[in-house]
Amino acid sequence: MSCRSLPVLDILNPGTAHGTVLKLSEPLSFWGGFNPVDGRIIDQSHPEVGKSITGTILALPGSRGSAGTPGGVAEALRRNVGPVAILLAQPDVNITIGAQVADHLYATETPVLALAEIEFAWLETGMQVTVSDVGVAIKEDGGIKS
Amino acid sequence: MRKTVQTVSGKPLNLSDYEQALLEGEAGEAMQFVMQLVVRAARIMDAPRLLETDYLHMDACHYYGRAHLDFARYLVNSNIRFGIRAWTNTVPASLIQKEVREEADAVVLKEARELADLYIAMGAKPVWTCAPYQLPGSPVFGEHIVVAESNAVSYFNSVIGARTNKYGDFLDVACGLTRRVPEAGLHTDKGRRAQIHIDLAKVPEELRETEFFCHVLGHLMGRVSGNRIPVITGLPAKTPKDSLKALAAAGAASGAIGLYHAVGITPEAPTLEAALQDRPAEAFYRVTPRNLVEARDSLSTTAGGSVDMVALGTPHFSFTEFARLMPLLDGRKIHSDVAFYVSTSRHVAALATQKGWIEALEKAGVTVLVDTCTYFTPAVRGCKGQVMTNSAKWAYYAPGMLPVKVAFGSLRDCVESAVRGEVARDPTTWSARHWGVSE
Repeated sequence: MSCRSLPVLDILNPGTAHGTVLKLSEPLSFWGGFNPVDGRIIDQSHPEVGKSITGTILALPGSRGSAGTPGGVAEALRRNVGPVAILLAQPDVNITIGAQVADHLYATETPVLALAEIEFAWLETGMQVTVSDVGVAIKEDGGIKS
Repeated sequence: MRKTVQTVSGKPLNLSDYEQALLEGEAGEAMQFVMQLVVRAARIMDAPRLLETDYLHMDACHYYGRAHLDFARYLVNSNIRFGIRAWTNTVPASLIQKEVREEADAVVLKEARELADLYIAMGAKPVWTCAPYQLPGSPVFGEHIVVAESNAVSYFNSVIGARTNKYGDFLDVACGLTRRVPEAGLHTDKGRRAQIHIDLAKVPEELRETEFFCHVLGHLMGRVSGNRIPVITGLPAKTPKDSLKALAAAGAASGAIGLYHAVGITPEAPTLEAALQDRPAEAFYRVTPRNLVEARDSLSTTAGGSVDMVALGTPHFSFTEFARLMPLLDGRKIHSDVAFYVSTSRHVAALATQKGWIEALEKAGVTVLVDTCTYFTPAVRGCKGQVMTNSAKWAYYAPGMLPVKVAFGSLRDCVESAVRGEVARDPTTWSARHWGVSE
């Protein structure tokens, strides 16, 4: 078997993308906790502070706090410093609206998918994945758990 | 044939003919787009239908980046306008006063002002305040409304009994333009049930009557409640609106509180049982004097010393707060090393002007700032060093946003410190005994 496929709980924003997973261990606020100019996490209390999310398949539990998250997501996508796809452990309105607005205004295509927690748990930083409307395909040589 | 929309749990989202027509583009591409945003949110929130609304307090008018501007330009270029009361939150810098920081970015200021103009062009009422509930014509009990600013979400839900979720960027405007909100969360009876019971029986009664106490209680309530809806017992029946504002603002800052109940005070809590909708509380928290003193002290990041600035009016200063400030100043002058700011709305500033208060304040060395807040980056000069505030919300946010150390105190302490130029707290009201801690 060359691939493992994770089923999708819900397609929050449609699209296809492939890339390398960056998995965050905690939710992120895209306003205040993230810099939409350079794509880096700036929340000093966040475990992945300092990491760049640019070009990644960003896997995270959800967004935190601020109603500014949609603006932060849209601004990062406008500047091409956002992720190429977002995978969530539960549906998230603020992240989805940010991606949907960017896709409409800037003709980007940033899939946002919600996975069941048990499927989300399979994802690890460094995995090569393809995201589409049918699911998340993980390449076997991308560091999959055996 | 009509295409049905399913929510994330697989239930149908029932749309009216009007809603379906917008979604199919019958009112143009821009209206179709904003309806798509509302429907997308409704799917995720698992709403069975949309509810009508005719009030919006938007945060999208506050510039956070070019995407905000592009969104508004797109809507204005599509010639769509608000058909409901659409009021504006604060902006990064005043639109009518010249007060800005030396280091403020000229491009950001220009684009922030363009953004404000775009929403006026769309028919928004330019009130530029984070405390819209202080203005005439604001929502009443039972109305479904759209609010983004966290303290206003909590105040409207808790104190007024109007119903709103905390709406994020873009979705606030989309709901306002379509005049629809998803029937979910705090718009539903079930979503408003109290979950955590916070009891004040151990707190000295005299302390409970102060606004200073409500700032601290709000901060503590946010920390212990997290995402749960609190109901407070033991708050005095005559607790004034300014104290309820402090509770709303502090609780929404340190926690995610969009609604609190206070038995005998807020409209959905005539009794504890009513707030809990006749079910047991999921959690109980007894506030002790020690918890309170610890929460109070966590709001200061400096032990004392000189004061460079005093910041009042987060959320915006009310008319009654001005009325309390005036006798505290009583003809004295602010120390020449201290920048003293009071943030408020144009509406309240006009009322205070009629009373002669603004002139008296300026004479004393106070700057009254409208449209904005002192913790936004470009808003005021001299915001560095040590800042004294009576606002738990300001004390909570500012150290992460600005190069400042904060001293938290009562309104009286703020005035005394401003006159003396150094942190000066009333030893009686700050004492352990006053807060009920036995020595």
